Amino acid sequence: MKQFPGRPRGQGPVSSAGQRQNAVVLPGETRGDAKVGDLSHGRPADHHKVAGRPVVRDEQEGASVSAGRDAKMASEKKAKQFTWQRKHLLGLRELSAEEINYVLDTAEGFEEISTRSVKKAPPLRGKVVVNLFFEDSTRTRNSFTLAASRLSADVIEFTQKSSSVSKGETLLDTARNLEAMGVDIVVLRHGAAGAAKFLSRNIKACVVNAGDGFCEHPTQGLLDVYTIRKIKGSLEGLKIAIVGDISHSRVARSDMWAMTKLGAEVTFVGPPTLIPAQVSRLPVKVSYNLDEVIDKVDVINMLRIQFERLGGNPFPSTREYSHYFGLTVDRMKRARPGILVMHPGPINRGIEMESEVADGKNSVILDQVKNGLAVRMAVLFLVNQAAAVGE
Amino acid sequence: MKVILNARQIEPILDDLTARIVCDLPRNLDVAVIGIRSRGEILAQRLCARLSAKLGKEVPCGTLDITLYRDDLNSPRGTSQPQVRTTEIGFDVNDKIIILVDDVLYTGRSARAAMDALIDLGRPKAVRLAVLVERAGREFPIQADYAGYKATAWPDERVQVNFVECDGKDEVFVE
Repeated sequence: MKQFPGRPRGQGPVSSAGQRQNAVVLPGETRGDAKVGDLSHGRPADHHKVAGRPVVRDEQEGASVSAGRDAKMASEKKAKQFTWQRKHLLGLRELSAEEINYVLDTAEGFEEISTRSVKKAPPLRGKVVVNLFFEDSTRTRNSFTLAASRLSADVIEFTQKSSSVSKGETLLDTARNLEAMGVDIVVLRHGAAGAAKFLSRNIKACVVNAGDGFCEHPTQGLLDVYTIRKIKGSLEGLKIAIVGDISHSRVARSDMWAMTKLGAEVTFVGPPTLIPAQVSRLPVKVSYNLDEVIDKVDVINMLRIQFERLGGNPFPSTREYSHYFGLTVDRMKRARPGILVMHPGPINRGIEMESEVADGKNSVILDQVKNGLAVRMAVLFLVNQAAAVGE
Repeated sequence: MKVILNARQIEPILDDLTARIVCDLPRNLDVAVIGIRSRGEILAQRLCARLSAKLGKEVPCGTLDITLYRDDLNSPRGTSQPQVRTTEIGFDVNDKIIILVDDVLYTGRSARAAMDALIDLGRPKAVRLAVLVERAGREFPIQADYAGYKATAWPDERVQVNFVECDGKDEVFVE
């Protein structure tokens, strides 16, 4: 029988907080008057400027990551209380810089799981994640499947072709039927903008947007800024060019929101036929000439020409497009030596970029894919947390 | 708030812990120290430095983040939310004696989570738990192999350890 030290006069109040206290005090623990969700967070660059303290660490770790982490531990005491409260991830437009940084910080913690011999952790054990994909995808879908599996969740794959949607079942009916079977998180890719938002308002499960029409692709935006942050330390003041079919690109939009919120300067580059007319209302610069931009940017993100989506004739020929807007070896010679070359994939080799550039030393395309896994694990973990706590 | 250990009292406790750990170590086996984030990490580094000095060889030190293995992830916790951080263990845990280090042992749930995390990393020869402070109130059948100080506190009080590296000074207090 448990012995508590006896009290002289009756029992004092035994709060539930006291009873369930963890042996380890984690920085996230509340202390009564802590503020929640303060959105006026300082600039992300502060994380990485404070000098570190000597720590015994793993030699393989990159210098910028270790410096950033030291600073983070030191500034954690000063950082205000923050909790992730979103049950859904529908887009990056509505996220604050603090929320974005929180996801990226969480993703860092998940990277290690993929390096172990047992590549699993238990936070989503017993939860069901369904990949509701109405458009083709290998990269994103496999990435979400693997991310969910690494967190010990059960994954259901849904492809439109082999489903009742071909018999005319609506999106909402499909989702509600799955929900009736007990689904906790729905990862949705759909051809209509706003589909994820619509779903989030009509079902009880968490919704993660894996691409809705031309609107947003938030996990791609997050993994892009994560890749940049990991190598460059911070996005503050960086100049980033996004090149290609901007008007049909949800990746461009999500990237734009994430990058500008973290302090980068974004320039859209492409032929006038592929840059939307309303671009002046967006927080970006525009250029119709890649050669003017190539020597001024720290990061260049090449978008795929989505032949399956192009209506009409936006350019006379693909050869002319790649002549003016392709990332060639010659153009790379004029670029900054530390420039990062990114691409959301799949690459049309020879059109958006030459093979030598795609496989060259500035290319971080494969890093993007690797980081995508950690970022998606973080997203699934966080939305599940918000849902669990909210109940 | 009542201070039960100050900086001058903590140092000899760490020396004592080190001596007791070394006493039990067989000569031919590898030992490594792993601290549970976040204050266990600092304690682990201090113990590791002392152990290395005493054994005359470099003892590897690692850090374990147990957020993903907590048993309260899916239950409402009010406004607090633990943040997932990195686990950094740059060595193989197989066939080593792992000294698992934490600042306070209370319910035993953190130690349980840490052991589950360690098993996913490999198969240690043995895991021994070393804590700076232990207090009554175990909710799991877990005991410390090496405990520096035994604190008494009411169930609604909390025993907090501060270290100079992250809190400004070394002290243990009850509030």
